Amino acid sequence: MTHEFALRVGPVPLRIFSDWAGPIADLRRLYADYPAPDDGIATLTARIGAAWPWRRWLRPAVSIGGDFTIPDALPLPLSQGLLAAEMAMNLQVAMGWRTHMLLHASAVERDGRVLLMVGASGSGKSTLAALLGEGDWRLLGDEFALLDVENGNILPFPRLISLKNEAIDVLRARACPSRFGPRIPGTPKGDICHMRPRADAIARMNAGGAPALLLFPAYGSDNGLRAVPPSEAFFRLTESSTNYVALGEPGFTALSQLVRALPAVAVGYQSGEQAIDMVEALWAENSGRAAR
Amino acid sequence: MNAMRHLVAALRTPQSIATLNGDQWSALVSVARGEMLLATLAHRLAGGQGGGALPPSIAALFAAECAHADQMQRHALWEVEMAHRALSPIGVPVILLKGSGYAARNLSAAAGRHIGDLDILVPRARMADVEAALLSAGWDWVKNDPYDQAYYRQWMHELPPLIHGARDRMIDVHHNILPLTARHHIDAGALIERAQPVADGVMTLDPIDRLIHCAVHMLADGDLAGGVRNLWDFHCLSGDAAAFDGAWQAQLLLRAEDFGVAAAVSRALRLSAALYGDGAPLRLTDRLFIRRLLARDAMGRPSCPVTQAVFYIRSHLLRMPPILLVRHLWRKWRMARTKP
Repeated sequence: MTHEFALRVGPVPLRIFSDWAGPIADLRRLYADYPAPDDGIATLTARIGAAWPWRRWLRPAVSIGGDFTIPDALPLPLSQGLLAAEMAMNLQVAMGWRTHMLLHASAVERDGRVLLMVGASGSGKSTLAALLGEGDWRLLGDEFALLDVENGNILPFPRLISLKNEAIDVLRARACPSRFGPRIPGTPKGDICHMRPRADAIARMNAGGAPALLLFPAYGSDNGLRAVPPSEAFFRLTESSTNYVALGEPGFTALSQLVRALPAVAVGYQSGEQAIDMVEALWAENSGRAAR
Repeated sequence: MNAMRHLVAALRTPQSIATLNGDQWSALVSVARGEMLLATLAHRLAGGQGGGALPPSIAALFAAECAHADQMQRHALWEVEMAHRALSPIGVPVILLKGSGYAARNLSAAAGRHIGDLDILVPRARMADVEAALLSAGWDWVKNDPYDQAYYRQWMHELPPLIHGARDRMIDVHHNILPLTARHHIDAGALIERAQPVADGVMTLDPIDRLIHCAVHMLADGDLAGGVRNLWDFHCLSGDAAAFDGAWQAQLLLRAEDFGVAAAVSRALRLSAALYGDGAPLRLTDRLFIRRLLARDAMGRPSCPVTQAVFYIRSHLLRMPPILLVRHLWRKWRMARTKP
């Protein structure tokens, strides 16, 4: 018996198959308000299945795959099934989505203008986006931002927000309990908890915006603020993109235009409150400046 | 009809997609991606008769896949130029095999075709010079293990794979199109003799030999993984050969006799007619090959494990005599165990 769920996140129509009912039930609950794929067509397929047939029942081991797989990736225990499902879906998007340039970035929007945050795992970009998305910003996504190379706009990809460790309780104090998945302890990144974005993020998942400010947050750094030149921003963005090379010249042109027009700042911060104050100050100072 | 049948039907008759529902489209995309035929399908459906009637999400997917395939071919042809620059000082022309050869000639098989490594053919007598020239031009070994190196040099029809340090692209340098240990032995000199120039210092096999190589690569060497794609190549190459010479089929069979690979080539003709052409009377074994070719389910997963295993074992037996094979596998198993 294989269990299936299909949905659309922003422009991306996905389906996922699972050997177990549990992870699909979690997905159905957490993605309850998301639309089904247009015309019922999913162009990316994710799968989570038993690494070996008997591992479906005996010490279940969840391997992550789909149209694209990572060779030699270690399977997860079934208690982390929801995480495995999310990882499998992210993998398909990262490897298979070629309609837009994929930036490994979080993004929020206000007044039709977009704040992009790029950083490695642990930089706090996901937590910051989640916090801003509970305030007077609209969350576009905590993991991928989609750059439309035709017009330079950022499109939303508001999947479940993946909260880690201390960030879980910070957000639990601010949002309705029904929006949270199970707390998953013992992952390679510590505790993980998935959170459904606020209703406005889901309702407006088709509407993007023009980028107005690019931040490179670094949690725990006391370097303060540093203006990032377009050349450095360009290279950091190419590094954060999974399909920059595949897009060829149109990708190069779009990214060059983006970094020329966009103010970029590296932000070292010690706490969420401090980061939000810095973001608001930088936004007030810079967001009017970006010439489109 | 299952998803693989839909894929084959869509390639053969683009109009066949008109009746697909949402689930069937999702499955078609997934199996096409699994067989590395998604951009080929995109070209076939968006480029010609099927265009206009596509659902919006499929039209967007196909546009992106076509653009990506174009980009991949640009990369592949740049690698051809790099190999040419490395080998022209030693006077060895680059004879392109498979994908990059089709792209260099802009053959119908190239439309949307995935191209990974650069495969070239050079005279066996010049292998040492070619190796030295590539190593000094920035390529390096992928496998540095002495046993792997010896395995390729003693038994295979190619150098151990080389990868370019800066561009991260692989090149496979062949001196033949079948392993030295394989059941059939092909006179590579005869292939090289008939190779045709396509640009300065760059050549491809002649149209008939392209078909020979495609059939042999698919049916006398591997385990038929990706066989639906290889068979599509064969079908397209047949069309090109037919446009070039009305008597292509007779010529192909004669040439196949000369090389001792008539069985593989006539099977390729039957399978290609059965899946992509007007049909052909099939033998019982052909049906087993078709079962292997179409072994993928609606979720995009490889299916029919027993059939797959049979063809996997067959591929090894074709490549090496059993005693040699057992020695090789024993050796590889021990190497895998002792690795940290």
